[in-house]
Amino acid sequence: MLELRRLGKSYASFALAEVSLELRPGEVHALVGENGAGKSTLSKIIAGIVQPDSGTMALGGQPYAPASRKAAEHRGVRMVMQELNLIANLTVAENLFLDQLPRRWGWIQRDVLNRQAREALAQVGLSAIEPDQPVQTLGIGQQQLVEIAAGLSRRCQVLILDEPTAALTDPEIERLFAQIARLKARGVGLIYISHRMEEIRRVADRLTVLRDGRLVATRPAAEVALDEIVRLMVGRDLGENLPAQARPPGPVALRVRGLTRGEVVRDVSFEVRRGEILGFAGLMGSGRTETMRLIFGADRADAGALYLGGSETPVRFASPREAVRAGIALLTENRKEQGLLPPLPIRANLTLAHLEAVSGPAGWIPPEAERRAAERWREAMQIRCASVEQPVGELSGGNQQKVLIGRWLERDCDVLIFDEPTRGIDVGAKFEIYQWLARLAGQGKAIIMVSSDLKELLAVCDRIAVMSAGRLAATFHRAEWSQDKIMAAALSGHLQPAVS
Amino acid sequence: MNPDSSARPRAEWRRALLDYLGLAIALLLLVAIFSLATRHFFSLTTFRTIANQIPSAMLIATGMTYVLIIAGIDLSVGSVLSLCGIVLGLSLTQWRLPLPAALGLAVVAGAACGAFNGAVSIRWSLPTFIVTLGMMEIARGGAHFLSRSQTLYIGSRVEWISGWTLPGLGVSLPFVLALVIVVAAQVVLTRTVFGRYLVAIGTNEEAVRLSGIDPRPVKVTVFVLAGVLTALAAIIDASRFQSANPNAGTGFELQAIAAAVIGGTSLMGGRGSVLRSFFGVLIIAVLNNGLAAVGAKDETKRLVTGAVIIAAVILDQYRQRRAARPRA
Repeated sequence: MLELRRLGKSYASFALAEVSLELRPGEVHALVGENGAGKSTLSKIIAGIVQPDSGTMALGGQPYAPASRKAAEHRGVRMVMQELNLIANLTVAENLFLDQLPRRWGWIQRDVLNRQAREALAQVGLSAIEPDQPVQTLGIGQQQLVEIAAGLSRRCQVLILDEPTAALTDPEIERLFAQIARLKARGVGLIYISHRMEEIRRVADRLTVLRDGRLVATRPAAEVALDEIVRLMVGRDLGENLPAQARPPGPVALRVRGLTRGEVVRDVSFEVRRGEILGFAGLMGSGRTETMRLIFGADRADAGALYLGGSETPVRFASPREAVRAGIALLTENRKEQGLLPPLPIRANLTLAHLEAVSGPAGWIPPEAERRAAERWREAMQIRCASVEQPVGELSGGNQQKVLIGRWLERDCDVLIFDEPTRGIDVGAKFEIYQWLARLAGQGKAIIMVSSDLKELLAVCDRIAVMSAGRLAATFHRAEWSQDKIMAAALSGHLQPAVS
Repeated sequence: MNPDSSARPRAEWRRALLDYLGLAIALLLLVAIFSLATRHFFSLTTFRTIANQIPSAMLIATGMTYVLIIAGIDLSVGSVLSLCGIVLGLSLTQWRLPLPAALGLAVVAGAACGAFNGAVSIRWSLPTFIVTLGMMEIARGGAHFLSRSQTLYIGSRVEWISGWTLPGLGVSLPFVLALVIVVAAQVVLTRTVFGRYLVAIGTNEEAVRLSGIDPRPVKVTVFVLAGVLTALAAIIDASRFQSANPNAGTGFELQAIAAAVIGGTSLMGGRGSVLRSFFGVLIIAVLNNGLAAVGAKDETKRLVTGAVIIAAVILDQYRQRRAARPRA
């Protein structure tokens, strides 16, 4: 009933190409793939949130080209997003029916609204929740269910569920599956995105594997084995790896023991040596970024300790300031929000973390000294700009990233943590960053690199640690790793069956 | 190396000049208009009067500019000014303290109010708008409580502060002092690590924190500075009027914000200049005196001042947009 023909969409660093797919009435069709394989882009195109560059869609035999999410919903296509879209201080009922509040003379009919809401909530087993309760009083799992209830309560032909069970408990998942069964019986077609293979095999009729924006295979879900899915997700056609120089591993620079924060980071222990690049692989939300923030003192750990160098004295940093003083740097995952000062010149962005180096007594900054330091990094990092006085916000993503790396190199820390250093930047800049990582390791720095791009980890790293559901699932040396092993480890935390 | 490295300082000068050109032209234009409108305006006496009126406004606007740059706001300065004045008055008249101790106590009172503003807003992550709004009431209440709502007559012991004038020009010691502080604050802002941190915190505090810098002591220091400058303003006003009034300083916070905004300071933080705020103070003062000279009533003055503030911000937006256009 929903047909996709050769859909394509390109972004600066990613493209969805030639995806053709058919969704049957009453079918649950699962989409699987690595982070960045194109699942989200594809489902956003179907839901009208993103428009394709090429290809066509048809819904019930009619051409279907929604210009907006609203247009798609008008045709009966809805998507329940992974991120919550609820307005925290409105009530549950208001959130459920925000776009079609029952009105008379402009007044909201509370009684009608609350009755509709109660019915919708009962469907997902949230009878205990009062419709006039503010959404912010609910837990994350319940909020997710409200979001799902909003999708289920409308008449629709196609419903897209993006990681619906990520924050749900087992009984909640059971209720969700019961609802999915009811929708199937009504002939609704469902697209189901999940990393949890057990769930997919229970609930899905067919599954489609995406890789690098391309459709790899569509199979009946019951017939396909787990290792085959992994093989399809990872692919075999890698080839052009950067030749990794053999670096003699130095002494241990940082040992991490039992690092824990809530459910997000659970008992993570590892060590990284001088002259080594340690990669961190894992799915989105597996706790990698959170682990790095704990090490860096950006968040507080519930438990665990760090040991610097060969020291036997445990330390824990209460603030990034302490971590930096101890020689640890973190290049944050989120350039704009956590790194850049966009309106300020490149010069000020480069020197921020180490103004002591260019300032004299009483904190006086001689303009020439600062400019010299900035020029040095501009040249070393090959930052392409009009001058170091140009606002950093005007640069391309790759050059912004080089400015931020330069900021940390000016500080000269011993342990450098790079969280997604190549996200959203062009291939040329990526390659330059890989070379810098290798050079820094060669200088005896200990490097940790978090990335969702497994290929770049395989190309750059000496060892790869794999996180899954908050735990460190496995660590592989270059000699023993394979994409299949890493992918299997990344999924391992999600393999517990849904039924308890 | 960069081919234009020798031309760069000159380009920078030109940009700096352009930055101040608009404000200077606006100021000269106002002076010209009032000079043509009335014969009484364009005289040394008028300028001397203005120079002796504005030192307290200059000091408060300086502190306010720092606070606005770190994306805060300080609504308490007017009340803190009256509290510091009362503390000074009581120290001299009732507690019979020597003058240096009395002056010191007034400054300590201002610093304490600032420290409270900074520390409380940081400790409980409250918007500075709220905390300083509370402090606005606390300080005003404190001033009335200490003075039993009476104006304190201090007498001649503080008169010398504003009585002494620079020989030749006839401007008072407070104006010279305020000018020195304005220039010093501008230099600190543009040329020191502390100043850089202010701008950086106002631009992106989380990025600053994740660069290994603790923004909290910097922010507290800014509020303490604002309090100290307010205390100095209180001393100057007490000297001018030889008295301390628990109702003094009403509306000073809004005047200081207006001056900073006319000078192009952003209420969103990260952008501002003490020197430009000084121009803002001058523009407001010339406007007030000029309108008085042409015989405008108080309500007219307020109407015109309000319109000028809005016009100034609109013009500044155009200037910003032009500056933000990508350069080839």
